[in-house]
Amino acid sequence: MTALQIIFLFVAAITLASAVMVVSARRMMHAALWLVLALAGVAVIFAMLDAGFFAIVQVLVYIGAISILIIFAIMLTRKAMEDVGPQLNRGWWLAALAVVGVFAGLAVVIVSWPGVMATAGVGPDADAIVNFGKDLVDPDKYVMPFEVASVMLLAALIGAIYVSVEHKGGQP
Amino acid sequence: MIPLPWLLIFAAALFCIGLFGVLARKNSVAILMGVELMLNAVNINLIAFWRYFQATGADSSRAWTFVAVVLVAAAAEAAVGLALIISAYRKRKTVIANELNLMKG
Repeated sequence: MTALQIIFLFVAAITLASAVMVVSARRMMHAALWLVLALAGVAVIFAMLDAGFFAIVQVLVYIGAISILIIFAIMLTRKAMEDVGPQLNRGWWLAALAVVGVFAGLAVVIVSWPGVMATAGVGPDADAIVNFGKDLVDPDKYVMPFEVASVMLLAALIGAIYVSVEHKGGQP
Repeated sequence: MIPLPWLLIFAAALFCIGLFGVLARKNSVAILMGVELMLNAVNINLIAFWRYFQATGADSSRAWTFVAVVLVAAAAEAAVGLALIISAYRKRKTVIANELNLMKG
C-alpha cells in the first residue's frame, strides 16, 4: 500500500464520518460545521486526483460561499429550530432501509463493471488549465454550457432576491 | 495510485449518506445540506472517471465542463433554496418540511 492510498483511506474515513454527523447532528449549527469538514475532505480528494483547480474551486465556492450561506440561513431561522426534539422524521428507518438498498445496488454495479480495474495514466498536461479556459470561450467547444451556466447563475441571483424580499401588501 | 473502486465506493457512500439526509431530516436547511453532499459525490465520480479514462493527452476540458456546470448548479440551488426557506420562514415561522404546506389545496 502506497502512502497515497493510506492518505486516501484516512481522508475518506474523515469525510464519511463528518457526512454522517451532518445528517445526524441534533444542532443545525453543528451539522453545518461538520458539512464544512466533509467539503474540505472532498477538496483534498480532488487534489489527490490531480484536479487542483477544482480543489481550489471547492474551497472557494463550497466552503467559502455555500456553507456560509447555509450558516446564515440557520441563524436567521434560529427561533424555529427545535434543537431539543427529534431531528428525524418518524419514518427515518424506512429511509435508512432505502439508502442501504441503493448503496448495495451501487456497490454491486461498481464491482461487477468490467472497466473498474482501469489504471490511471500519467496525468493532465501542465497547460490543461489554460486549455480549459480557452475551450470555455471557444464557439466550437464549450461556450454554450458556459453561457447557459452564467444565465442560470444570473437567474438564480434575481430569483433569490425576488423571493426573499419582503413584499408589502400581503401578496407574495 | 488509488484504485478506482475505492473512489467509486467512497462516492457512492457519500451519495447515500446525503440521500439519507434528504429523506429523513425534518429541517429544510438540513435537507439542502444533504443535497450538497449528493452533488459532491457526483463531482468526485466525474473527476475520478476523468482521471482514470481521459487525463492522458485527451481533452480534459470535456470532463471539467461537466464538473463546472455541476458546481454552478449547486451554487444556484443553494441560493434559491435558502431564499425560499427564509421566505417561507417569514410567513409560517417554521422551517420544518412537514409543516410547510402553503401550497396544499
